[in-house]
Amino acid sequence: MTTPSRMPEPYGGQGSSANLADILERVLDKGIVIAGDIRINLLDIELLTIKLRLIVASVDKAKEMGIDWWESDPNLSSRARRDELTRENAELRERLARLEELEPGRAEKKEAP
Amino acid sequence: MTGLRYVYAVCRPFGTPLQSQLSGVAGDPPRALTHHGLVAVVSHVPERDFAEEPLHRHLEDLDWLTETARAHQGVIDALTTVTTPLPLRLGTVFRDDSGVRMMMEAREEDFQRTLDRLEGRVEWGVKVYAESEQRESARPAQKATSGRDYLRQRRMQTRSHEEMWQKAEHFSTRLHENLSAFAEDSRLHPPQNPALSKATGQNVLNAAYLVPRAHSEEFVELVDRTKGDAPGMRIELTGPWAAYSFAGEAT
Repeated sequence: MTTPSRMPEPYGGQGSSANLADILERVLDKGIVIAGDIRINLLDIELLTIKLRLIVASVDKAKEMGIDWWESDPNLSSRARRDELTRENAELRERLARLEELEPGRAEKKEAP
Repeated sequence: MTGLRYVYAVCRPFGTPLQSQLSGVAGDPPRALTHHGLVAVVSHVPERDFAEEPLHRHLEDLDWLTETARAHQGVIDALTTVTTPLPLRLGTVFRDDSGVRMMMEAREEDFQRTLDRLEGRVEWGVKVYAESEQRESARPAQKATSGRDYLRQRRMQTRSHEEMWQKAEHFSTRLHENLSAFAEDSRLHPPQNPALSKATGQNVLNAAYLVPRAHSEEFVELVDRTKGDAPGMRIELTGPWAAYSFAGEAT
């Protein structure tokens, strides 16, 4: 890439060889946030950058190394968040069923003519 | 038209055409979409990769993310040489041109205000690394001859480590003060993880400075001059970047 003479020469190997951490830091963390038609959960992006900061080479490599705690951490994994919601739902349904059992009169009244 | 619209940046109309060999995020050359007095720089991207579900999946894939981030930055970088772009965050996608126009219409005032503030400015990144490993390996590790000797060695090691930190902090603070005084604005970012940056040493300062393009050479010289000041400290300068760190809300 050529740089016009009015600009100083790029430092730190901008372009193809620029440090990945520098690029990700800017394109994921900085810049203007606009909600497009395709919704990206910004929370997910933030968590992703946290993950990137924590994980050595890639998620797969970390898994190979046995580092997969974020998968079960609802704060870090959307899957775990979903799992937690499913669990919470089941729990609430169970509680509701129990409450209905405690009030048999009300339930019967509805059904009986 | 087919495909979705990936938006890189918003800027004012610029006379110079973008480099023809520039390929955007999905290999589609970026084009200018003009609306009122503003230009959105967009690429056509396929639904199979950029619709909601595949995009989420891709973001978890470090290789895809790396490639996309580099392509995104490549376009922003090219724009920076011809105008002052307001870089959008990676992954800003609309269904069609009219979606992009509606967004520009709604945000027009914000964009104009930010463009006024950033016009002709670029961002420089400055990082300071304390090269601790070098210091430690310079001192030959001696085998402790007794318990007391071992404790003495431990104490000396801890002390030299503390001294190194104090020195690094002092140096970084002074450097940041000097550079901030020269720059129009500055931001301190969290230190980078060496695993991702592949840089040696401990990152003790990670800052961004907003500098008028015309004063960039002076800024670079100012940074260069401090380079020999402190042994054991490494200074890394990156840029010129688009004003990523300053494009958000004004301070």
